[in-house]
Amino acid sequence: MAIEVRNVGKRFGDFVALDDVSISVGDGALTALLGPSGSGKSTLLRIIAGLEAPDTGEVVIGGEDVTRAPARTRGVGFVFQHYAPFKHMTVHDNVAFGLSVRRRPKDEIGTRVKELLGLVRLDGLAERYPSQLSGGQLQRMALARALAVQPQVLLLDEPFGALDAQVRAELREWLRRLHDEIHVTTVFVTHDQEEAMEVAEQIVVMNDGRIEQTGSPRHLYESPANEFVMSFIGPVNRLGDAFLRPHDIQILPEADGTGTEALVVRVVHLGFEVRVELKLHDGRDIWAQVTREEAQQLELSEGQILTVRLPAPRVFSA
Amino acid sequence: MSNSGQNTVTISPAPSGRLAQSAAGDAERAAERAARARRLTVRTIALGYLALLLLAPVAMIFYRTFEHGLAPVWDAIAAPNAQHAFWLSLEVVAIAVPLNTAFGIGMALLLERGHFRGKGLLGLLIDLPFAISPVVVGLSLVLVYGKTGWFGDWLSEQGIQIIFSVPGIVLATAFVSLPFVVRETIPVLRELGTDAEQAAETLGASGWQTFWRVTLPGIRWGVVYGVVLTTARALGEFGAVSIVSGRIEGQTQTLPLYVQDRFENFDSTGAYTAAVVLALLAMATLLLMNLLTRRTRGRMAT
Repeated sequence: MAIEVRNVGKRFGDFVALDDVSISVGDGALTALLGPSGSGKSTLLRIIAGLEAPDTGEVVIGGEDVTRAPARTRGVGFVFQHYAPFKHMTVHDNVAFGLSVRRRPKDEIGTRVKELLGLVRLDGLAERYPSQLSGGQLQRMALARALAVQPQVLLLDEPFGALDAQVRAELREWLRRLHDEIHVTTVFVTHDQEEAMEVAEQIVVMNDGRIEQTGSPRHLYESPANEFVMSFIGPVNRLGDAFLRPHDIQILPEADGTGTEALVVRVVHLGFEVRVELKLHDGRDIWAQVTREEAQQLELSEGQILTVRLPAPRVFSA
Repeated sequence: MSNSGQNTVTISPAPSGRLAQSAAGDAERAAERAARARRLTVRTIALGYLALLLLAPVAMIFYRTFEHGLAPVWDAIAAPNAQHAFWLSLEVVAIAVPLNTAFGIGMALLLERGHFRGKGLLGLLIDLPFAISPVVVGLSLVLVYGKTGWFGDWLSEQGIQIIFSVPGIVLATAFVSLPFVVRETIPVLRELGTDAEQAAETLGASGWQTFWRVTLPGIRWGVVYGVVLTTARALGEFGAVSIVSGRIEGQTQTLPLYVQDRFENFDSTGAYTAAVVLALLAMATLLLMNLLTRRTRGRMAT
């Protein structure tokens, strides 16, 4: 195991940030810590990095107990949410920093920096200053800087949080490919379930300082362990204690006696996906997700009354 | 009746074409004139204030100094007591300013990054030299370090003289110029944040390396500004130094004390010349900072 976190607890005053948290991350894995803000995911990441000390429990990296070790000896690369660039240094000097504090020879540093700038596609920008870079470029510079010291594990705190939607999508895909290329054990923090699903191989869902469930994106989506995971990962309809996925709701072309009657309240076209807001005959509101083609075939229109077939709902015991 | 509706349609549009344009243009021009007048008034007041308060007196000093040509000025500069005062002032600045810079940076780090009891009180204490009159500072130093003061006996046993000698002047100067570096450094330190320092740490830098390579370069403009203010204050300090130095000609007379001395002895050329030298030293400090800032900032494009 590349990273083992065992029974870690952390309080800030009265606030319990982490409550007996344990995770294992395999060598070369790409893991997401997913949860709403205040769930403790960033604190956990900072504890792994050594930027925060746990009150209880231990952290093991590469088989070595580093719970009491300072950040600089842990061999972790950390990418900060706002990139934390060294503003007074050029891109080259930023990336070279880790090597230069280790007093590596100049020509070795030069070669390595050049290689890394190529890897993050910043060649030609070596002499720029951080103030002359875009958000996406700063992000990649921060990544190159963290990778320069060949860390055992790479930790990223909300790596795409501060970028606009398009750059974000590009960088996600790029991070995924970069990981396939260099295979460094990577853990990133995000509050965006879509981002976690798209990028990570393993997702750790956190809430209120605890881990709700751990597993592959598909596993979490198909077999959520509890209400929280079910409603945090993927869209959901809630009918009392029962949960159903909007895409599991079938809209029937004709009444066949097996379904329930429903009134179409609103039809929202989102490109390929069409969202149909319905009112069931007993007055409850739900929404169904259908494809553009299905919507066309059904000739959906607001005010229409049609028949829907609901899947067996999932119920979680409290 | 039936065509009244049509009439309103033909009448209703606002004056069209050139007429409308020129009307709008007039209004615009009037507004612009008013704005220009306002700007002019504000500028005149600001410049007038500056001229009365700053430019006129300084210009007057320069004028009076060079009124009778360069020869008397040269003589005044060459006077042994003037020379001594000049070098003494530089010596005091050269000791007090680095002391306060090192102390100021350390204290700023402690106040901004540290968590301990009594931080607020310490912050208040740092500002004390701003609040206390320099004369009081001088007197209190005499009370502590003078012959009859707390450490007086012990100090004279060791053969160390502080009051009425250079150490006392340095002490008084350092005291009155203490808060500048701290106060100028704290806000830039806060703005810098801790992210960059933590990044340096995860990259393997020791505390010392982080300070020299990340923290200090990050706060250097605040520090430089603080140093300039400290230098200016140290160069010009009169009250506190006047008391602790004993004003011994050719021994403990700094440049400001020398100006006062010449002035009281009706040697106006001597007084004005020394004053001009003092002013030029201060201006040189400002200019140096300006040049430094401009050069490095241009390169960094921040």
